[in-house]
Amino acid sequence: MPLKRVDKTPMPERDAVLRSHDFIEVNEGYNIQRARFEAERCLRCQDPVCIDGCPVKIPIPDFVHAIAAGDMPGAAKILRAANPLPAICGRVCPQESQCEEKCHVGTRFIPVAIGYLERFVADWEMGQPPGEEPAQPTRPEKVAIIGSGPAGLVCAGELARLGHPVTIYEGLHAPGGVLRYGIPEFRLPKGILDWEIEQLKRLGVKIECNVIIGKTILLDDLFDEMGYSAVFVGTGAGLPQFMGIPGENLNGVYSANEFLTRVNLMNANQFPEADTPVMVGKSVAVIGAGNTAMDTVRVALRVGAEKGMIVYRRSDKEMTARIEEHEHAIQEGVEFHWLTNPVEILGNEDGWVTGLKCVRMELGEPDDSGRARPLPIEGSEFIMPVDNVVLSIGNRPNPLLLQTTQGLESNKKGCLIVEDETAQTSLRRVFAGGDAVTGAATVILAAGAGKSAAATIHEDLCA
Amino acid sequence: MAKILEKRALTPVTTLFRVEAPLVAAAAQPGQFVIVRVREGGERIPLTIANYDRDAGTLAIVVQAVGVTTNQLSTLEVGDDILDLVGPLGLAVDVPAGGHVVGVGGGFGAAALWCLMSELSARGDRTTIILGAREKELLILTDELSGVCDNLELCTDDGSEGFKGFVTERLAQLIEGAGPGRPDSVVAIGPMPMMRAVTETTREAAIATLVSLDPLMIDGTGMCGGCRVTVNNEIKFACVDGPFFDAHQVDFNEAVRRNKMYVAQEQSAKDRAVCRSAMTGQD
Ligand SMILES: Cc1cc2nc3c(=O)[nH]c(=O)nc-3n(C[C@H](O)[C@H](O)[C@H](O)COP(=O)(O)OP(=O)(O)OC[C@H]3O[C@@H](n4cnc5c(N)ncnc54)[C@H](O)[C@@H]3O)c2cc1C
Ligand SMILES: Cc1cc2nc3c(=O)[nH]c(=O)nc-3n(C[C@H](O)[C@H](O)[C@H](O)COP(=O)(O)OP(=O)(O)OC[C@H]3O[C@@H](n4cnc5c(N)ncnc54)[C@H](O)[C@@H]3O)c2cc1C
Ligand code: SF4
Ligand code: SF4
Ligand code: FES
Repeated sequence: MPLKRVDKTPMPERDAVLRSHDFIEVNEGYNIQRARFEAERCLRCQDPVCIDGCPVKIPIPDFVHAIAAGDMPGAAKILRAANPLPAICGRVCPQESQCEEKCHVGTRFIPVAIGYLERFVADWEMGQPPGEEPAQPTRPEKVAIIGSGPAGLVCAGELARLGHPVTIYEGLHAPGGVLRYGIPEFRLPKGILDWEIEQLKRLGVKIECNVIIGKTILLDDLFDEMGYSAVFVGTGAGLPQFMGIPGENLNGVYSANEFLTRVNLMNANQFPEADTPVMVGKSVAVIGAGNTAMDTVRVALRVGAEKGMIVYRRSDKEMTARIEEHEHAIQEGVEFHWLTNPVEILGNEDGWVTGLKCVRMELGEPDDSGRARPLPIEGSEFIMPVDNVVLSIGNRPNPLLLQTTQGLESNKKGCLIVEDETAQTSLRRVFAGGDAVTGAATVILAAGAGKSAAATIHEDLCA
Repeated sequence: MAKILEKRALTPVTTLFRVEAPLVAAAAQPGQFVIVRVREGGERIPLTIANYDRDAGTLAIVVQAVGVTTNQLSTLEVGDDILDLVGPLGLAVDVPAGGHVVGVGGGFGAAALWCLMSELSARGDRTTIILGAREKELLILTDELSGVCDNLELCTDDGSEGFKGFVTERLAQLIEGAGPGRPDSVVAIGPMPMMRAVTETTREAAIATLVSLDPLMIDGTGMCGGCRVTVNNEIKFACVDGPFFDAHQVDFNEAVRRNKMYVAQEQSAKDRAVCRSAMTGQD
């Protein structure tokens, strides 16, 4: 029977002081006792509103019930049928604004820890002997997937299960998209991503790295010359934005993408064993307050910064980072400067960053995004001494593919335009999903888009 | 992976490789580059496509050993694979047709002029290459280059071959009408100080000039912004908007300064690599 306990079962975490110097995962995961104990808090509601909060509509009470009953294979089956990347989403979904926000228990108590439970089941599954037998393609229509982020990976897996020969083309030398180069190891161990990719390969999915569609191969040539019947575009939103303030090109200024890529993809934390360096001084200011900013500042501490700061022009209420990341960052000693807007990056005569000139802000009326508009307080300028500035103020879709593909339409923010129902772009048999369509969003939305696009692609090809 | 089919030492520090890369060769245009990675844990570094053979599916690249990765690459032999090779990246060089185009090359820049001048000659432009080096032995690819342009002008600092002096001095003479005569446009590829000097030489004469900027790069697809340069007071990403830019609009001071960002680390990595290979007896 469901048990009324106010608090969720705590997630064991590594000590904040220790972990802020290494890249080992912060959350250690539930064991079976904790998982069952937590699963018993679920009320198995008649009207499971939690499901409404989940972009891929996981039958949450069913898998939670299976855990409570100790039926792990059952839980795993339910989960994987709905979400192809459960070990990843259980770790990185902003649950507090999705499934857990809706959970009934949350109206009076702390909601059921759906994300932790999802992660537990997925981790259990990884420890089991391989299940699904490698299938032979049963359909003649080949599909090409552009980009190996969550959208592309999920779309590929679903299409392979539906019997299509599938090839993923990835521009970088390793697959995974933001899961590889953006989200750091201490939040999403690369071994988990590698395991998921291994499963896809077992399904017969081919992954060709070092191929940029639009440069190495034109999108049109995938059809005529290479014989693909359909293409899914999951190229993400990887183009970093700069603020346009003076000093952005000083030495010691990074985009969050560059900073994280140097560490996560190129292993700069292992320099000089790995050949790519990253330059961090004593004090690092990260501008922005999303997941990317939180990851960046925590990575900065781990690669040697003594002081890591978040500088954000709005207040903590408007922050878009996951609550858990914010809490972990506080525990690790990150400083938060809310209502602080950078106006200039200052440097010395050799061109190295020495400081960040900021102005204090106050909140005014809500703006278009519904969040309070920050307004500068006159005469409040001050200078923060810093050695590095990392800009984490958002990314846009990369225009590479658009520049070389005639007839592929995008909106003024560079996002691909697709039909809501079918995910088809302005080009026939070219479908798209994930950040390339929505602009920077979440892993589960990208995965969900990949999954539903796979269904429509299959339908279209078999019609 | 790209298999090495041919290796030729051009100078003690410069090596030409012909590699198997059919997809890149099929798409390549003059002025574009590839990014390679030589070992697990290795850096991604950009290298210009010196030439390509679409039928054979091969690329020529010329590497000047300056640091860890270029040295590792230089030790690879025929039959070895380059671990990762991606391209073609960047935009093709866009030179107005029908005039007298002068390509100025120094260091590995000579290689970059190879397919470019070949294409310009083929479309009917009048073409001159000014190739410079400290001394005769360091002039590279002279046979190949003389075959792809109307006039090849060699310059050495010590006068051991051709014109005695810098490429810019010879360029200034051409602008005055000497030799093959005044250029309608100039393309300069080579070390930053050389490109800068060329830029100043053509600025006064108001001759349209392109330079190939070589900032540090990682992805080469516009994802990191590490390769940003300032041109005409705007931020540009050299990997997707370049690498060729209007020389007279480039902020060279900034470009030079940004390339020095990791000098200390690069040196320590090099020392470390030397030490590593000494300990294991391998490269
Ligand atoms: C640092 C960071 C932290 C984040 N944290 C979270 C989080 O905690 N929770 C969450 O839900 N979301 C988070 N996000 C957002 C989430 O990662 C993205 O929404 C998601 O990865 C988008 O998936 P995607 O498949 O659309 O694209 P991406 O993951 O961006 O993958 C696109 C891939 O396509 C490749 N590509 C692009 N163009 C081409 C081309 N022309 N040819 C071949 N390949 C190409 C790219 O190299 C890349 O590998 C975070 C994002 C960042 C940057
Ligand atoms: C578009 C482009 C095309 C290029 N084409 C070629 C080519 O065809 N052949 C070739 O040999 N090189 C080329 N380069 C330069 C080459 O990428 C660098 O020499 C290489 O990255 C150095 O790596 P490393 O690890 O060997 O040296 P590092 O250890 O990184 O550096 C060693 C020394 O070289 C300097 N250096 C580092 N990077 C560069 C750079 N990008 N430009 C100039 N100096 C640098 C450093 O300041 C340091 O003093 C090109 C660069 C770009 C951006
Ligand atoms: S996928 Fe995300 S939103 Fe859906 S149940 Fe899992 S954690 Fe919640
Ligand atoms: S809303 Fe909460 S309590 Fe109800 S079924 Fe969903 S998880 Fe269980
Ligand atoms: S190399 Fe990363 S944006 Fe140009």
